[in-house]
Amino acid sequence: MKWKSWSLLLTLLLALGVLLAACSGDEPAESEDDGTEEGNTEEPAESEDTEGTEEDTEASASGDGLAADQTFDINIRTEPPSLHPGLASDTTSGAVLYQIFEGLMRINQDGEVEEAMAESYDVSDDLLTYTFHIREDAVWSNGDPVTAGDFEYAWKWVLNPDNADTDYAYQLYVIKGAQAAKEEGASSDDIGVTAIDEKTLEVILEQPTPYFLDLTAFYTYYPVNQKVVEGATDWALNVTDTYVTNGPFLIESWAHKDQIVLKKNPEYWDADTVKLETINMYMIDDENTSLEMFNSGELDWAGDPTDALPLSAIPSLKADGSLNISPLAGVYYYAFNTEVEPFNNVNIRKAFALAINREGIVQSVTQREEIPAMALVPPSIWEESEEGYFKDNDVETAKEYLATGLEELGLEELPAISLSYNTSEAHAAIAQAVQDMWRQNLGVEVTLNNEEWNVYLDSMSAGNFQTGRMGWLADFNDAINFIELFQSVGGNNYTNWESEEYSNLIEQSRTETDPDARKEILREAEAIFMEDLPIAPIYFYTNAWLSKDFVKDLEVSPLGGVQFKWAYLAEE
Amino acid sequence: MVKYLLKRIGYIILSLFLIVTVTFILMKAAPGGPFASERALTPAIEAQMNEAYGFNDPIHEQYFTYLINAFTFDFGPSFKYVGQEVTEIIGRSFPYSLILGLEAIFIAISFGVLLGVLAAVQHNKFGDYMAMVIAVLGISVPSFIMAAVLQYIFAIYLQVLPIARFESFAHTILPAIALATTPLAFIARLMRSSMIDVLNRDYIKTAKSKGLSERVVTYKHALRNAILPVVSYLGPLVVTILTGSFVIEKIFGIPGLGSEFVVSVTNRDYTVIMGTTVFFSVLLLFSILIVDLLYGLIDPRIKVTSKEGDK
Amino acid sequence: MEHRQLKKIDFEPLQLKQSEAEKIVGESTSYWKDAWRRFRKNKLAFLGIVIILLLGIMAIIGGPISGQNYYENRLLEANQPPSAEHWFGTDNLGRDVFARTWYGAQISLFIGLMAALIDLVIGVIWGAVAGFFGGKVDEILMRIADVLYGVPYLLVVILLLVVLPQNLWTLIIAMTITGWINMARIVRGQVIQLRSEEFVMASRSLGASNGRLLVRHLIPNTLGPILVTLTLTIPSAIFTESFLSFLGIGVQAPLASWGTMSSDALPALQYYPNQLFFPAVFICITMLAFNVVGDGMRDALDPNER
Repeated sequence: MKWKSWSLLLTLLLALGVLLAACSGDEPAESEDDGTEEGNTEEPAESEDTEGTEEDTEASASGDGLAADQTFDINIRTEPPSLHPGLASDTTSGAVLYQIFEGLMRINQDGEVEEAMAESYDVSDDLLTYTFHIREDAVWSNGDPVTAGDFEYAWKWVLNPDNADTDYAYQLYVIKGAQAAKEEGASSDDIGVTAIDEKTLEVILEQPTPYFLDLTAFYTYYPVNQKVVEGATDWALNVTDTYVTNGPFLIESWAHKDQIVLKKNPEYWDADTVKLETINMYMIDDENTSLEMFNSGELDWAGDPTDALPLSAIPSLKADGSLNISPLAGVYYYAFNTEVEPFNNVNIRKAFALAINREGIVQSVTQREEIPAMALVPPSIWEESEEGYFKDNDVETAKEYLATGLEELGLEELPAISLSYNTSEAHAAIAQAVQDMWRQNLGVEVTLNNEEWNVYLDSMSAGNFQTGRMGWLADFNDAINFIELFQSVGGNNYTNWESEEYSNLIEQSRTETDPDARKEILREAEAIFMEDLPIAPIYFYTNAWLSKDFVKDLEVSPLGGVQFKWAYLAEE
Repeated sequence: MVKYLLKRIGYIILSLFLIVTVTFILMKAAPGGPFASERALTPAIEAQMNEAYGFNDPIHEQYFTYLINAFTFDFGPSFKYVGQEVTEIIGRSFPYSLILGLEAIFIAISFGVLLGVLAAVQHNKFGDYMAMVIAVLGISVPSFIMAAVLQYIFAIYLQVLPIARFESFAHTILPAIALATTPLAFIARLMRSSMIDVLNRDYIKTAKSKGLSERVVTYKHALRNAILPVVSYLGPLVVTILTGSFVIEKIFGIPGLGSEFVVSVTNRDYTVIMGTTVFFSVLLLFSILIVDLLYGLIDPRIKVTSKEGDK
Repeated sequence: MEHRQLKKIDFEPLQLKQSEAEKIVGESTSYWKDAWRRFRKNKLAFLGIVIILLLGIMAIIGGPISGQNYYENRLLEANQPPSAEHWFGTDNLGRDVFARTWYGAQISLFIGLMAALIDLVIGVIWGAVAGFFGGKVDEILMRIADVLYGVPYLLVVILLLVVLPQNLWTLIIAMTITGWINMARIVRGQVIQLRSEEFVMASRSLGASNGRLLVRHLIPNTLGPILVTLTLTIPSAIFTESFLSFLGIGVQAPLASWGTMSSDALPALQYYPNQLFFPAVFICITMLAFNVVGDGMRDALDPNER
């Protein structure tokens, strides 16, 4: 028996030892980070990858400050659900599509729209008709010219009711007759898009849409090569001869759930601008693993927008100065169910909104320098939003509102309320912090309720919540993205809040052609919204990422997109 | 023998039927459909999708089409990965899990048996203690912690092995070890006690007294008899390895079937859930059957008709 | 050496009554006493029991003695190393890891115990009824068990957890849905063996009812193997819960188990190792303790070793 006790002791010691070794070793590992990029190219595992060679061939750089090997490694987390521009409806697919396809316009490094497939465009005086002139030298990867017909075909394909899985068809609804064709059985001939000739595309809109050019840069608006695609239903499933693209990069291989390899497209009309030769996109779902791959030099980029950094790593990354942060046009908020007591009372809603210490959440929980949100439209779109409509963490006023609200409801004190969120480390942390703030500031008991994402969306749509966490990211750089969200009940407005005045203002803005006047109208709408507070905005999102020092000109746009067209790797 | 085989296969089919039915009910009862997304669909588009995927058919019709599909192993396309066939997804992800699983099984059996034998031969000596320390560790540390610690030590701290992904043999070492730890420990314990038991048997003593060398006795006579319990553990071993892959493949970013299953469950990707569940079940049930048959062949004392205690 | 003188009387037979002659002088050892004696000799298993008891006590009093609670966020005190105030440090929300560890112990042990208990109740009834009545009843019950046994355990658990509302009981029920089968099989095997023994026959011939036979004679006599199975079910339930926590479908906040604590702390391994270290070590210790106790019990209760 005696040996057994010894072995138990030994086991425990060894177990502790292993853990301690794992724990205490971070200092040397950290400091070795810089050294690893050169150091680990001899690693057996890496030597056969192209990714490992970028550092050791740099000596032969061409002299213009570019590293000789322009191979960029990035993690995109998951398999892109679809690489068919008409079927894609998520950021991962978008991150790939932005590189390999190109629309009429493209959002450039400064977040502005510029001509892409279209060389120029004309707009009619009533702002309803756009005529795009497509570049003569715009070609598909199989050599076919990109024609106006390719655009017409692609858009009408998405708007065909027989084509299922076209989740994002509504992105095209600004085009005249688009919604009618998709949902009400109208003829596709009445859709306002026509190829006048080989290189001229005419688009007629339902209403003047100031952000229409932004929309044409979105992937649902991408063309597809009609000649190749027509009749081939499965063309976008795998990389084959029928996967024909027109963007700055070509897709070389797509190992599902594993890796996508992009190569520079030499036939691209602006190929001189494109510096990166190869982009390896890995699909690593685990945030820690991808951060560690970045640390060991296997990735050149970690974090937003294609990946995420683990929450617990953020403080130390910030401390050592390696974390990059940029604004992202999106708002994180708690929706109130305005049909259920006590949140049917506006004063109660105000009390809850004011009793949140946003600065505290941003500083200590999320820690990514998000901007506390006391408005609806992110400051990257409207600078005024940095101020907001009320004071953050205004506990005194909150208590007054609470008292008024209780009186109006005829209640002595608030019953316990529930706060819902979808299962995730970050949402849970924020919810727990808010739970604590409401408990302390308003003396209300808050129960937390979390559900897995799909289930959560279901409960929210069914109105099965009191307050629930939501977020919204802009598709294009315009305030309407956020304002429109709450125009009517249903869709993505889970609050059950509606206002005729608000809705009228939105409709009014749609026909307003003067940008300043339009902004005034939308500001007015936002003011109404913030007076009624069907949501408690928490913060405006930011992008947070790490990149190797030699990665240049790779900006993350406030829309959460990343463009490799202009990026390059500098000589070290 | 034939009768036994038929009976077993009959049970397997019944079990499969049960699994298939239960999964169907669960999927239907589950709140949240596969088309839920951050951007809510317009009602018209959602209706079109429901129609296209046959969600508007009466429930019993859906069930029967689904039953037929399940038994012909045709699950249709994934909801999430538009257009990708479920069979294709299984086909492309299974090889990863298979290679990893086989490596892990190899490691678990070879090192497990080795440790067990070492411990038994060195009974109550240093080798025994060391072997059992490893075994005890393997049983008491959850695999995800083991995986993270292995990653930390070998990939980050020592930088001798890659952290994640599945590209070369070197990439498979850490995940295979992480996957093998628990069953390895089990096998080592099993092997040790059965080896100690066998070494004390009369026929071993006889063999020794006849003048056979220690080595021949240990490895030729004792090992062959002592390994039987390990063979009977093979069925559960396959189960452990397969389910362990859910976690290990996630940590190491391996696009195998285990991670495919977990992802499909959170995505509510009905067809993939069904496909992977049925595939896993078939795999497990048949590997347990094969192990039982194998056991009967190896050990003539065991009649294949008794099959208690195989887990 | 003392010299003893023998007298004649020493060689006379004792005058004893029949009854006294058959009296057993030595202390009678029952099966249980015997087992306990053997178990106590097994220091390691005994240590295991002590550890389990300590863990149980700490689970109850651990939180209060630290003067901290497990739920309070102190955002400004997040991610602190162990200190006089926070003995095990704080987590990313500034919650006291010591208090959380013991609160996690409550949840983890509760899950383990409940899972074992449910297995016990269903398994014992199912197995005892099947074994005792035999024939058609046995056939039907065991066929059902066989079919269920083929269902891959974790697949079903994961599916159930995603479909049902996420709470503690869902987790426990999901984990026991096929767990009881092993218990049922063991009990059935024992009961079948015991059924043919003489004392059962005797009891039956004295007119004992089926229920009485089962409850008074058969089940108590299968207690050994049941206990061993139980002690091994508890750690495996704790283990499974931590596995599920890693996949994000274990216990949900604000509840915390050792499993959720470790998987939450995993990303912080490099930065705040204390957050992973404590829950992980307690999982290991618990696993070890239950395993050695289980092994010890098996050794002590195994009649072959008598």
